[in-house]
Amino acid sequence: MPERVVLQQADIARALTRISHEILESNRGADGIVLLGIPTRGVLLGRRIAATMSQIAAVPVPHGSLDVTMYRDDLSRGRIRTPSPTQIPPGGIDGAVVVLVDDVLYSGRTIRAALDALGDLGRPRAVRLAALVDRGHRELPIRPDFVGKNLPSSQHERINVRLTEVDGDEYVSIVSPEGDPA
Amino acid sequence: MSESIVVKGARLLGGGATDLLVRDGVIAEMGSGLSEGGARVIDAAGLIALPGLVDLHTHLREPGFEQSETVLTGSRAAAAGGFTAVHAMANTSPVADTAGVVEQVASLGDAAGYVTVRPVGAVTVGLNGEALAEIGAMARSRAAVRVFSDDGKCVSDPLLMRRALEYVKAFDGVIAQHAQEPRLTEGAQMNEGIVSSELGLAGWPAVAEEAIIARDVLLAEHVGSRVHICHLSTAGSVEVVRWAKSRGIAVTAEVTPHHLLLDEELVRSYDARYKVNPPLRRAEDVQALRAGLADGTIDIVATDHAPHPAEDKDCEWSGAAFGMVGLETALSVVQASVVDSGHLDWADVARVFSRIPAEIGRLSGYERGIAVGAEANFTLYDDTASRVIEKGDLRGKSTNSPYLSLTLPGRVVTTVHSGRATVLDGELVDPDVLRSVGGPRG
Amino acid sequence: MRHLLSTRHLSRDEAVAILDVAEDMADVSTREIKKLPALRGKTVVNLFFEDSTRTRISFEAAAKRLSADVINFAAKGSSVSKGESLKDTAQTLAAIGADAVVVRHGASGAPQVLATSGWIDAGVVNAGDGTHEHPTQALLDAFTIRRRFFGADARGRDLAGLSVVIVGDVLHSRVARSNAWLLTTLGAEVRLVAPPTLLPVGVETWPVTIDYSLDSALATPTDVVMMLRVQAERMSAAFFPTAREYARLWGLDDERLARLDEGTIVMHPGPMNRGLEISSGAADSARSTVLEQVSNGVSVRMAVLYLLLSGEREDLA
Repeated sequence: MPERVVLQQADIARALTRISHEILESNRGADGIVLLGIPTRGVLLGRRIAATMSQIAAVPVPHGSLDVTMYRDDLSRGRIRTPSPTQIPPGGIDGAVVVLVDDVLYSGRTIRAALDALGDLGRPRAVRLAALVDRGHRELPIRPDFVGKNLPSSQHERINVRLTEVDGDEYVSIVSPEGDPA
Repeated sequence: MSESIVVKGARLLGGGATDLLVRDGVIAEMGSGLSEGGARVIDAAGLIALPGLVDLHTHLREPGFEQSETVLTGSRAAAAGGFTAVHAMANTSPVADTAGVVEQVASLGDAAGYVTVRPVGAVTVGLNGEALAEIGAMARSRAAVRVFSDDGKCVSDPLLMRRALEYVKAFDGVIAQHAQEPRLTEGAQMNEGIVSSELGLAGWPAVAEEAIIARDVLLAEHVGSRVHICHLSTAGSVEVVRWAKSRGIAVTAEVTPHHLLLDEELVRSYDARYKVNPPLRRAEDVQALRAGLADGTIDIVATDHAPHPAEDKDCEWSGAAFGMVGLETALSVVQASVVDSGHLDWADVARVFSRIPAEIGRLSGYERGIAVGAEANFTLYDDTASRVIEKGDLRGKSTNSPYLSLTLPGRVVTTVHSGRATVLDGELVDPDVLRSVGGPRG
Repeated sequence: MRHLLSTRHLSRDEAVAILDVAEDMADVSTREIKKLPALRGKTVVNLFFEDSTRTRISFEAAAKRLSADVINFAAKGSSVSKGESLKDTAQTLAAIGADAVVVRHGASGAPQVLATSGWIDAGVVNAGDGTHEHPTQALLDAFTIRRRFFGADARGRDLAGLSVVIVGDVLHSRVARSNAWLLTTLGAEVRLVAPPTLLPVGVETWPVTIDYSLDSALATPTDVVMMLRVQAERMSAAFFPTAREYARLWGLDDERLARLDEGTIVMHPGPMNRGLEISSGAADSARSTVLEQVSNGVSVRMAVLYLLLSGEREDLA
């Protein structure tokens, strides 16, 4: 299967730094921000963004993870999905500005599930969405607030995000099925 | 009017091929090139001619449990399995503990016409183990009962057992004991051992069988009676009977086809078709039973054919009835378990499944097997066949067989009872035809 | 997972996976909104041929926290007592559209018969069958042990290195059977302690060691002491002479409690016979996990129902 790398490690770092700045800018500082990554890779990206933001703003930025498995609308299809832990920072999310972080934004169904999951955990003042890659093909009225890279792709293609912490190497690529002209 | 039959080229036990001429209910001639005008000709090339099988242990369920089996349907199942005589156990409703009931069962058997039905009389009134039934009346009735058994229940009271053993001597009878110590088997569901410990099913310990056999052979020795042990199922029971025989005690013992083939591992499925009493035992017991049958410790094979309606098996294990049907598959299971394994040859099968059970039951006509002048009771069996057992192969009313969808060797092709064909080419002869050919018996 | 009928055939990895999912479920129980939408639209039937309010409400709470619809079906009798048969009941539940059946039955093997009969297509969870197994009880016991000894590091771990003493009526105990298989599969060392009359013939082939004396068993340091319920009617069947003698020889009394190592925990599947197999001192001590077992039961049963009812139906072992 042909694979084409679209973001190198340095590109990813730059994109995350830019997102960090954008979040701080739109929020006028780090006040009240809670970053929640969606497992698996969204959690890692959220942690990196939080670290960058803490550096810039010189205050700690709370971050955690939000598992959406139990809120998915396709649980009865495909294989059994094993849930991951949800970790909410000690201050909770009531009244906070929660920034959801995911690696790839696609149909929007994961984010829909994440919004439902959030609703069961508390009442944030606002919810924002950050994604490393937006590949389009939305099936729900959901749009990101912060995007690393827009990556128009065919629905037959697969976006492959690899991060050092879990994959050993780091890049983003597009994998096309054999014989697909894209 | 009796039909004449010429059987062409059947294999005799321990000998070559022969023709058989059947006339007036007896084997009139044996040899080659036999023929007779108007006779039915049966091509038996390659088939084994076995003397008609005699089952000493059959549950025909009539009267009282006609939803499971009737004398007619059970007789048909028996004929399909190569049998020409069965002994109908007494645990009917009413219990066969009076001359009236045994005569009724015998005449139902005669009317059906497929096999000789020999009623077994109860040892105690209502099988309750408290008072002796009218053994003399049953023995002197038209049914001429010689085998007495409370089968399904054990005659557990030692004094009552002693008296029964003594009393039947007056009528040349025998007590067939269902050896099961009742207190040791309260609520028992399966063989007690490793498998029962895992499955959490109440155990039926081997000792509950062995202790009763040991007691009864000693009682038989003490009072000088013969005793017959139903459905031996454990290695220990074989040992006890072997010891008794070595002392010259007049004990005979039977084993069922299922105890020769199946073991307790099957219970892990909780499939109630494998629920039977005595229960399926360990693989070591199966081996000991085969060896005991081969060395003559165990005298006979008997089916313990026990039909039950579907609802009594289509349920949780402990709610299910004990018992499995076995007449139709008996010979195939014997072939699979002890013939193909080399424990027995076909002459042995004729002994353990025809001559000796007839002798124990005092049923005449089976002393000489297939011989000129002997009553024409025989079955033609294809030991080279192989078949997957299906419900259609079961000719009785119930289908609680553990062999369904199993491949078994052999096939009963023809059965001849008292000179009349009851099974031809594997199919039961129509009852009306059977009656018109033979005329009413008795 | 298609059905959960026993722990006998659960592999280590399968068991650890269930316990890990149960950890996630336990987290939910600490939230203000203790509910997940995972099994929305699924119907779970609690089919109880035997009364057991504790087990039923635990399964009911588990199913409801996962947003399943719950139907409680208290079936009277069985084909033994000529009540409605298992088959008719199963076919009724199939017609109602049950996705999972949680079955408690007095007959060993009844859940397996239900699962393999073809009467109903639903997933079957054994909630205790006769004297056979009670797999969710063993899973919650394993979960409780793992949490007590490994705390926040519990995920992904088995019970290797821990020793468990199970005391009491092993012969009639489905809890003991399920625990003997599961805890040893998870690497724990299991000792069974009982009067010889209350041990099944064949127990010597189980992957456990046997001791007739509680005092000798407790002389070796142990991490877990699990007391089984002893039913008074066993006395009349001559399994032991008197309740007093049983309590004296096999009961966890205050004196034996005092001898336990500092870290040893005391478990009981409930309901307890205080003063018989366990003293009040032991039942109410800080070592006792009795109430944790109850709350962990909900988490474990949530995990089992989730694993049974999510994903496409497939025939796993």
